[in-house]
Amino acid sequence: MATIDVVPQESSGQLGQERVVVINDMSIQVATVNGSGSQSSNTVLLRSIFQMGVPISGKNLFPSNIAGLPTWFTIRASKDGYIARKKEIDLLIAMNGETAQDDVKTLAAGAAVLYDEPLALDKVRNDLIYYAVPFDKLAGTVGADAKLRKLIKNMIYVGVAAQLLEIDYAEVEKAIRKQFATKVKAANLNLAAAKAGHDYAAANLKKRDPYYIRRMDKTAGKIIIDGNSAAAMGCMFAGCTVVTWYPITPSSSLVETMIDYMKEYRIGPDGKATFAIVQAEDELAAVGMVIGAAWAGARSMTATAGPGISLMAEFTGLAYYVEIPAVIWDIQRVGPSTGLPTRTSQGDVLSTAFLSHGDTKHIMLFPNSVSECFTMASEAFDLAERFQTPVFVMSDLDLGMNNWMSDPFPYPEKPINRGKVLSKADLEKLGGFARYKDVDGDGVGYRTLPGTDHPAAAYFARGSGHNERGQYSERPDDFERNMERINKKFETARSFVPRPEVAGSGNARVGIIAYGTSHWAIIEARDQLSKEHNVETDYLRVLSYPFTREVHDFIERHERTYVVEQNRDGQMATLLKLDIKPELTPRLRSICHIHGLPIDARSVTDELMMMEGK
Amino acid sequence: MGNTPTNTPTPTLAPVPKTNRIGLQVVDYRGGKTTLCAGCGHNAISERIIDAMYEMGVQPERVMKFSGIGCSSKSPAYFMNRSHSFNSVHGRMPSVATGAILANKDLLALGVTGDGDTVSIGAGQFIHLMRRNLPIIYVIEDNGCYGLTKGQFSATADLGSTLKSGIANDLPPVDTCAMAIQLGATFVGRSFSGDKRQLHTMLKAAIAHKGTVMLDVVSPCVTFNDHEGSTKSYKYMQAHEEPLHEVSFVPSFEEINVEYDPGTTLEVTMHDGSRLRLRKMEEEYDPTDKIEAVSRLMESHVKGEVLTGVFYINAKAPTFIDMLNVTDHPLATLPESLTRPSREALAKCMAELQ
Repeated sequence: MATIDVVPQESSGQLGQERVVVINDMSIQVATVNGSGSQSSNTVLLRSIFQMGVPISGKNLFPSNIAGLPTWFTIRASKDGYIARKKEIDLLIAMNGETAQDDVKTLAAGAAVLYDEPLALDKVRNDLIYYAVPFDKLAGTVGADAKLRKLIKNMIYVGVAAQLLEIDYAEVEKAIRKQFATKVKAANLNLAAAKAGHDYAAANLKKRDPYYIRRMDKTAGKIIIDGNSAAAMGCMFAGCTVVTWYPITPSSSLVETMIDYMKEYRIGPDGKATFAIVQAEDELAAVGMVIGAAWAGARSMTATAGPGISLMAEFTGLAYYVEIPAVIWDIQRVGPSTGLPTRTSQGDVLSTAFLSHGDTKHIMLFPNSVSECFTMASEAFDLAERFQTPVFVMSDLDLGMNNWMSDPFPYPEKPINRGKVLSKADLEKLGGFARYKDVDGDGVGYRTLPGTDHPAAAYFARGSGHNERGQYSERPDDFERNMERINKKFETARSFVPRPEVAGSGNARVGIIAYGTSHWAIIEARDQLSKEHNVETDYLRVLSYPFTREVHDFIERHERTYVVEQNRDGQMATLLKLDIKPELTPRLRSICHIHGLPIDARSVTDELMMMEGK
Repeated sequence: MGNTPTNTPTPTLAPVPKTNRIGLQVVDYRGGKTTLCAGCGHNAISERIIDAMYEMGVQPERVMKFSGIGCSSKSPAYFMNRSHSFNSVHGRMPSVATGAILANKDLLALGVTGDGDTVSIGAGQFIHLMRRNLPIIYVIEDNGCYGLTKGQFSATADLGSTLKSGIANDLPPVDTCAMAIQLGATFVGRSFSGDKRQLHTMLKAAIAHKGTVMLDVVSPCVTFNDHEGSTKSYKYMQAHEEPLHEVSFVPSFEEINVEYDPGTTLEVTMHDGSRLRLRKMEEEYDPTDKIEAVSRLMESHVKGEVLTGVFYINAKAPTFIDMLNVTDHPLATLPESLTRPSREALAKCMAELQ
């Protein structure tokens, strides 16, 4: 890609030197045009490697556009299981004439380029390994009509790449059959296309690059899924009953996938839906419906991205103050404003923490993996209902829209916790209740649901000042007491939210704090720091806000702690500084990435070493 | 708080209080003491709601009240204390109500709101509420001004209508009824807070209707919009109200003991078997004809009359809940056995991803 700095690579075999062989450790980038069907081809290539037992990750870098603009797909195969984005590209598959020259110019010397013959890329540089393939001619031999040729060209490169990398061809065929499981005709055409590429490469291309895929056993039993689908599945198993949404990239696929899952698994014994999914007129209405549904007792949720979060600010304040559960998924993209709608970031952390006017603080969860997208769905609903407050699950585009390898998800063992809800029988015993009274000392009052058949069941939910009984009140003491009690809920939540994950000996002088998808760069960077620079680090991954005790202890135990995140201003570092002892704040240092591409390990390592003054 | 005790044992010597068909007294439908201005049209509407709910024998615990922000939106606190109520944010009540109805379709939803809520800040949500034909009674307490912020024009203020200061409105008004008919509401009417009989009858019919009821009730603001020059004043309404027909209603649970003359009266059988009777005051008017309804409304604007009555009704249209095909038991209280798929379901999902 033209926009990224590329650090020249040291190891992988250079031209003219003794042949180096690199096995199961490479980054393949496919440059195509969006809307050209390359998504299927890329998935097949990714799956073929995965089926060879090699850990993989796939990242789609796409434009905010339907068809005709450049798009890049990066597949990383890593025997060590590193699945963060890698900056350096080892094999470029150049299919897009518009970007091909730039794509080639940014490669490190010695990289391999597989390209569409008419692009004549071998004229651009002489320090790369070139493979020219006459894709149009090959597409003609497959026998597809002119309309389909553009699409199957992409499956041809899968065949070529598989032959060059020595991927067992049976795995390619298996992956194609899986991809087109319900479309026999399409499957056959694509099989023929891949075969044409494979045969062409075998007959005409001489292997000169060092990259090979060899069978190993690191993916047995694993699944491949994107974070939005995992979240959708998680919400379904969390017992969600009402979903309201407004389409926005990169969150739309969460609800769209959920519609499919729910239609399959959530039809009741009467043949009718045990859920309602409604596309709202805008994000304000989407969250308004969530709040109305939750007030009436449903497990309700919405999914959105930054611009939607901004629009939901007023309603979030209402839910916070009226004390209504809500689960809101924020699949973060790059802001402010429209920003980069198809690029990833962790840029909504600070604004979400305090979303709304007045004093508010919201519970946030930070999934780092597809597995946590699944498990945190149940946690989010339980927390929202336990604390009668909005809970935000802060995913991002990289997690939500890209394919990730994972262990199968665990079945949610904990029974669903609907929180403190009084039934008719409870009311008969109690005689009545005060909606906003702290009966149990945890700040959380008891609520009733509309329809509860008892004359004392009703209360008046209002965003205006109210007393313990929910009655309108402008009395200073009522207001203050109520706000303090709501704050107490947040303090209570500290011991209920998921605790951080800590790695390292605990004795290092340097600490690293990260969250969400930044995690994958951190585990690789820590190995780089240790192996290449002899710098040992401890690592804490934040899973939730409010912060738990372990976070404070971690910062206290380390001379300096680097907070790594994908935004400009160090938003998590800022939140931490508000929470920790003032004398500890100088110990925090920020490493921030804002270019919209998933953070990579090398950048973290380099920046950390620079800040260490080494 | 709904702490009013029910069915308090009555002293034997006292007169037996009047009760409705479910054994409740009018007092069981009352709310808190109003804090609106004396003479405010909204208070009269609250009274009509109490009477209609009482007479229809609606269980108060089976009602959800919704409102937005403004004088009108305060009024749910002044009727039916035994019903759950949600006073939400400005203009966005429709979405809150929609969510609640999705969660519990078995309850009767009543939204009380104003012209500021509905036609300005909440115009978008109003439009989409009407489109969905959600089962709700949506009452606009329409006074043509923003009372709570001291009398600015709203978007239902008529051209040339003046503020107290004499400033004239120079933008055309929105006709919420014409809008609602065009958008898909299935019971659309206009009334006047001072027309006790008509409003009362229309509210009872509204309770019997299945689908979105949109009632625009002109409700004069005695403090900021009841002067000479205002077209939403008591005086103006008394002079210009033009009933389209005489509305009467026979609920499903009452025996029909008054026959009607099909030559002068049109009868609409409602979803629950109740009958809405419209005695003609004009030549031919068919309230099931959208085109005629909108055309007659436009005509009334030209003539300078405030047309009232039931303009449009469709007793057969499917509601949004019908279209969603949700399970019979309210979603809000479905047991875990129905909302969390089985272990086998997860295993199947996982197998497909391997």
